[in-house]
Amino acid sequence: MTVLQTARQKSWGLHLGVIALLFLLQFVLPEYHHGNFSRIMVLACFAMGYNILFGYTGMLSLGHALFFAAGLYGMGMSMHHLGWPAEAALLAGGIAGVVAAFGVGVLALRTTGVAFMIVTLMFAQAGYLTILYFGDYTRGDEGFVIAAAERIFLGFELTDPSFRYGAALILFAVMVVVTLRLVQSGFGHVLVAIRENEERTRMLGYDIQRHKLIAMVISGGMAGLAGAAYGLLFGYVGASFASVQYSIFPLLWVLLGGAGTVLGPLIGTLFMFYLIDWSSDITTAYMLIAGVALVLLTLFAPQGLAGTLRQKLVRWLP
Amino acid sequence: MELGPYLILGLLEGLVTAAVLALMALGLSLVFGVMRVVNVAHGEFFMIGAVLAWWIADAVGSHPAFAFPAAGFMAAILIAPVLTAMLAMAADQLVLKRLDYDPERTIVATIGLLYIIQQVTLMSFGPDARPVEAPFNHRLPIPFVEWRAGGLQAGGLQDGGWQLYWPWGLGTTSYKLFVIMAAAVLITLIWLVLTRTRAGLVMRATRIDRDMAQAFGIPVGRVYAAVFGLGAGLAALAGVLIVPIQQAHYLMGHDPLLLSFIVVIIGGLGSLPGTVVAALLIGVGDGLISVFFSPTLAKIIATLGVAFVLIFRPEGLFGGRRQ
Amino acid sequence: MTASDKMSTRPGRLASPGRRDLIRKLGATSALAAGVGVMPLVGGYHQARSAEPIRIGFQVHRTGIGAAYGRWYSRTTDAAVRKINAEGGINGRPVEIIAEDDGTDPKRGAEVVEKLATQHRCDLVFGTLFSHVVIGSSPRAGELKVPYFVVSEGHHVASGMLNRYTLQPGITDVKSQVQAMAPFVANTLGKKVTMIFPDFAFGHDHRDYFSAAIEAEGGKVVAKIAIPPTESSFTRYFPKIPRDTDVIYHVMVGPAVLTFVKELGEFFGPSRPAIFGFIDSLEAVDMASPGLEFLEGTYFWEGNPRYAQANQSAYDKAYRQAVGVDDNGASISDARDVSTYAHMFGCWETLHIIKAGMEASSYRGPADRTGLIEAVEAMTTMPHSHAHPQGDKVFNGRTHQVFGHQYISKVENSRLVLTHTTSIEDTIYPDEVDYTTQSF
Repeated sequence: MTVLQTARQKSWGLHLGVIALLFLLQFVLPEYHHGNFSRIMVLACFAMGYNILFGYTGMLSLGHALFFAAGLYGMGMSMHHLGWPAEAALLAGGIAGVVAAFGVGVLALRTTGVAFMIVTLMFAQAGYLTILYFGDYTRGDEGFVIAAAERIFLGFELTDPSFRYGAALILFAVMVVVTLRLVQSGFGHVLVAIRENEERTRMLGYDIQRHKLIAMVISGGMAGLAGAAYGLLFGYVGASFASVQYSIFPLLWVLLGGAGTVLGPLIGTLFMFYLIDWSSDITTAYMLIAGVALVLLTLFAPQGLAGTLRQKLVRWLP
Repeated sequence: MELGPYLILGLLEGLVTAAVLALMALGLSLVFGVMRVVNVAHGEFFMIGAVLAWWIADAVGSHPAFAFPAAGFMAAILIAPVLTAMLAMAADQLVLKRLDYDPERTIVATIGLLYIIQQVTLMSFGPDARPVEAPFNHRLPIPFVEWRAGGLQAGGLQDGGWQLYWPWGLGTTSYKLFVIMAAAVLITLIWLVLTRTRAGLVMRATRIDRDMAQAFGIPVGRVYAAVFGLGAGLAALAGVLIVPIQQAHYLMGHDPLLLSFIVVIIGGLGSLPGTVVAALLIGVGDGLISVFFSPTLAKIIATLGVAFVLIFRPEGLFGGRRQ
Repeated sequence: MTASDKMSTRPGRLASPGRRDLIRKLGATSALAAGVGVMPLVGGYHQARSAEPIRIGFQVHRTGIGAAYGRWYSRTTDAAVRKINAEGGINGRPVEIIAEDDGTDPKRGAEVVEKLATQHRCDLVFGTLFSHVVIGSSPRAGELKVPYFVVSEGHHVASGMLNRYTLQPGITDVKSQVQAMAPFVANTLGKKVTMIFPDFAFGHDHRDYFSAAIEAEGGKVVAKIAIPPTESSFTRYFPKIPRDTDVIYHVMVGPAVLTFVKELGEFFGPSRPAIFGFIDSLEAVDMASPGLEFLEGTYFWEGNPRYAQANQSAYDKAYRQAVGVDDNGASISDARDVSTYAHMFGCWETLHIIKAGMEASSYRGPADRTGLIEAVEAMTTMPHSHAHPQGDKVFNGRTHQVFGHQYISKVENSRLVLTHTTSIEDTIYPDEVDYTTQSF
């Protein structure tokens, strides 16, 4: 018990430390990287949402672009067409993510494994095409701009880099705390049990479907909030965020960073972002470098970056 | 266009899509079935097939000794799949084997392969869409029957009855028919290999129980390499067949990858007849639904259709209950 | 309020480049940088200011769906910069292009604008083609207060959707192009039109603007066929074309365009209605490709005639030679490498406008960015010249959009032969925005 408790204390210390570090970084980061970190933190929230379902519950979804886009458009449409203020629109985005995840979950959770992958992929594709189909309202692939004057959240202008960084950090911190609380709770342990052995967990008397559905809704809600925040912070809503690429990205980030670790999504997102960014400085063939790096990483860091770290060095990492 | 001829046209177009899809999905199904690897780069092998076909057809076609139009295409269909298969086998040995075919890590690794292949193609082949001339391509109008009411017509009093006529726009090309038939022949051949030969037996044994197969002295490593090569070769073959209809382009692998992935799952894992039927359903279904709805709405309906088939039959149409 | 006032009132962090520039101008760089410890190696830079190049950030579609365009945008840009530098640069300073790939993706596009502006410290950003990348990137350009010169032909700039920092002075927009086609289509080809277009925003613009324009000419759109963007075969959509169609109006983009045109030919066989297309359907595609024979006798809109015409201007001749394009619109070094001739002139002309704007406003550095925008806004007519080889133009400073001649060519012997040139008046529509009333 005491071992568990010290592990808990250590992990809270570590995660709060990371948040504090991100807070301090804004004072020293050059402007370009300052902007990048704002993006990365929001995208990491998307990946953390994905990680709840994939990393902890063991369900590989290929449709999380739908939830991200639901948040993005839930926010964007309510501001653009209904004239809602940013605070309400952000909430609308989160709710849109939750509703989409609940709807998909109720249906898709009748399946498992590869069938689940395809069903979620299909729903996301249908969502993408729906955005294009209603182009009169969504402006389809071209998307639309959230005017700078409307991007004011609780009195703060989100066009200002400092406020934007702060907003991204707050969102990220909330997500980290929520995830940490979740994985340390009894509910979180059931999710991991489902991942490790679904049959045994069922026999122990847990309602598997209910747990999975709740995990899916939390995951979708987090992705939706991330989508809404991304649109709000950077002022653009477009269908490319609903394309299949954006279902693959969180999977990639989570696998790179380490599935089933709280900080893995941040590490993976950060790594992938700078891999593309730096290699495009060196050569125009940056995709080649990115590809080779991915292959090498799977060869030499099989559990993802944080996962390998946990395996080799810090076993208490949640 | 009247409904009847329109449906025929939709069906013919759907068959071409289905033919190519079936070949590609068969490759994916083999890899997935035997090796348990989700090969995200499968679409890129399709693309490589098409791009190599352009290269080979171009090189051969410009040589005076082979100055007849079919020469380039014939060379391409023989060489491109073999080259692609060799490339895939190298990737298997260099990467997948070292990952011990771990399902999750191979996803990331094949995403990496996808980036590498696309970028190398972009640098060497360029971003343009390149056509390959079909070995033959005649436009074939198709007749249809309609009921002519009797009565007083311009030519005098006529009896009612069925009459043959040539509806506007209803037709196909000889090359499209060739693609459908070539795919049918190839799929039959593969089915024979899988069910009637020793190689097929070895593959099936490896699929069912890898460790047991190893214990019985089957060189599992070499089987895996061969299967990965065969899967890529089939995708490349599909690419070669489609390139006279569409064009070679470095991003062309994306949509066929998704479609063939769907076909494999809908058909039921590891079921060859299931894969073929699913390819027909997806290929033809898409064509027919677009007769009745606006194109994008048709795509939405078809996409949701696939989802609902799997929701109510998660093991696929031909899969056993529980894999 | 000047830029430096604004910077100093801004809350927040220590090391924003805006402030950095200000400090540099005050000549206190090194000391402060050393003191704060976060601005390495910027000292000493300012002494060489006069010879320092003007840095133009080039947002280029090197990968992704726009790669075929991006490559030619790149070549045209390089050629224009060579010419400008050979003629003494801008305000006596050489021009340097810093290119960065955006993958034809709006998310990466916004990041690239940020990178060019803040990391590479470019004076401005230029060169974007695809509309979704422009719309995704423009908010960032506005926030960073960096001039953003797009070469996109989208209606997004003139529609008022974007901001004062975004301009499109080098290429006409889709709304003006499309409406200028309607008189020719209705009077020369026929009144009943079937439109085939991709089912996304670019296609919807064609649908809406052309429908309105053709009705004004007494014509009618009898069917609108929207093709899903993921489609790679098209025959099954063609039966939706009504039989009494006089003219088919087609515009497709992306790698499947050749298939589209080819299958259109196979569908109709020998008996086809008149066909009018936007060259976007065949940009970067060889007109002599197998399957395109049936386009013989059909018409195309061209932004700039791909084939050197009989009455070719000296300006087009010089421009063509500078970029390395032969009389058939292909690369001089590879006859099969066909250019995106109808669009890429926009890069050339935009760079010349940037030069003119910088010279008019005596541009010295990022502090003069607003002056540059005001100088461009003040521009009106642009004569047919070496700087404007596509033709003369009229710039509307209020909407940040340029207007110019449109060309209609007929396919004869697998070549595009110019048959009609619209007037600039045909392309003009009422203003939808006045950006000059927005503050910087």
